[in-house]
Amino acid sequence: MTIIMNELIHRRRKLVSSMMTVLTTACAVVAILILLIILSYIAVRGISAINFEFLTDTPKPVGEGGGIGNAILGSAMMSLLASLIGLPIGIGAGVYLAEFGDGWYGSTVRFFADTLTGVPSIIVGIFVYALVVLPMGRQSGLAGGIALAIIMIPIIARTTEEMIRLVPQSMREGALALGAPQWRVTWNIVMPAAATGIATGAMLAIARISGETAPLLFTALNSRFYNYFYDQPMSSLTVQIYNFATGPFEIEHQMAWAATLVLVGLILIINILVRILTRKKY
Amino acid sequence: MDTKITISKLNFYYGKNQALYDINLEIPEREVMAFIGPSGCGKSTFLRTLNRMNDTIPIARMEGKVLIDGKDIYAPKTDVVALRRKVGMVFQKSNPFPKSIFENVAYGIRINRMHQNKSDLEARVETALKDSALWDEVKDRLNTSAFGLSGGQQQRLCIARALAVQPEVILMDEPASALDPIATQKIEELIVTLKKNYTIAIVTHNMQQAARVSDQTAFFMLGKLIEVNPTQVMFTSPEDKLTEDYITGRFG
Repeated sequence: MTIIMNELIHRRRKLVSSMMTVLTTACAVVAILILLIILSYIAVRGISAINFEFLTDTPKPVGEGGGIGNAILGSAMMSLLASLIGLPIGIGAGVYLAEFGDGWYGSTVRFFADTLTGVPSIIVGIFVYALVVLPMGRQSGLAGGIALAIIMIPIIARTTEEMIRLVPQSMREGALALGAPQWRVTWNIVMPAAATGIATGAMLAIARISGETAPLLFTALNSRFYNYFYDQPMSSLTVQIYNFATGPFEIEHQMAWAATLVLVGLILIINILVRILTRKKY
Repeated sequence: MDTKITISKLNFYYGKNQALYDINLEIPEREVMAFIGPSGCGKSTFLRTLNRMNDTIPIARMEGKVLIDGKDIYAPKTDVVALRRKVGMVFQKSNPFPKSIFENVAYGIRINRMHQNKSDLEARVETALKDSALWDEVKDRLNTSAFGLSGGQQQRLCIARALAVQPEVILMDEPASALDPIATQKIEELIVTLKKNYTIAIVTHNMQQAARVSDQTAFFMLGKLIEVNPTQVMFTSPEDKLTEDYITGRFG
């Protein structure tokens, strides 16, 4: 009797287990499938409009061709500026939160960082408009870069904190026991151990800001020209896509798809580059 | 025999919980002293008071004195970094850094700026690896990851790393508890060799190990130091009834 019971229980357990495996596999397939569909749709719609002129030229009136060269440069310049401001501050804040942030000050910073992550990005745009654009008297690449940096900082701070907390305490103690001062432990043991994770967080933040449109509308505005300095309004891929997509002509819509493909491609390249650069050596 | 470390009236608390009660102990120079006792008796906590490793625990609090070479290591003007250089430590779980084998050993030398030039650094690393009986096994792959070593090799690497900064005292917190018998034997042989030059304090769960490697043994229970005696005396004719019960396996 008990043998039969055991057999039944065993069968039931195997059945439930395989059902669960199928279910989670199906969920994973759906999640990836959606992404693949989006990517291939963008590729199909966009690829026909991409050529050398499109990648290098400035926008022209409808029907005369033109391209997104200045928008690519503008996006790159503003992302660079945002990273130069956002990465050191974000990583520094994350290190502080993980290594010393157990007191009331740490919890306050953590709370504000979390809140800031949830703030809609257009509000950051308005804030920077008041802070930078109004005093300067015009929109600029500088204002756009600052807005993007503000969006980056809390994301990077929190991912850095989490990655650093994952470094085992025993590794810190090993270094302390050799007579290493706290800052050296953080700098040459903890940070390298967490480097891959921190880089992933930074990469996600860069990918996130590359896709932002709202904060740039008020701050960097747009430009029809190549702009090599941060003091003038600056074009960006996202705002350019917005302009193309909201235009009345089919040719503009096609260019919007092409620009989207370029944006996605650039984000992919950044991802791959950072993966290679931060590959674990040891 | 000279005394290297003198502990007097040491009380230790984690928040409101008292972990150590009124410990008085003298650790002789260039000998091995083993700390034995059941789990949670405070022997690891006690070991960590000797290089102020408990400073990293925010809720920890200590009373009493620890003198090394007659100097109070808890005096306000004590340089903790210098203290830890003098009092090295090997942990229960081997904890190599995410660096190469060479860089693991070189780390302490570098941060303390002990080397004159590159060849001096290499010589020091080689000496430390030889002293920890690891050199022959790793000399051809010094630049590969320390994580590629076996558990026993990693632990000897951690000992090499501790030796490289030329400490006077080495604290070992159950250094062989995660190792197989052969790796354990190597570590034990190493401990016996090292005591010619170093004062060693070792926490161990393994009483045979204490009997094999140590000159003196201290028995802890529930945060109290029950008995200290030469190891031979301790294991043949313990003075205290509790010690006898513990080493004969009646509890713990």
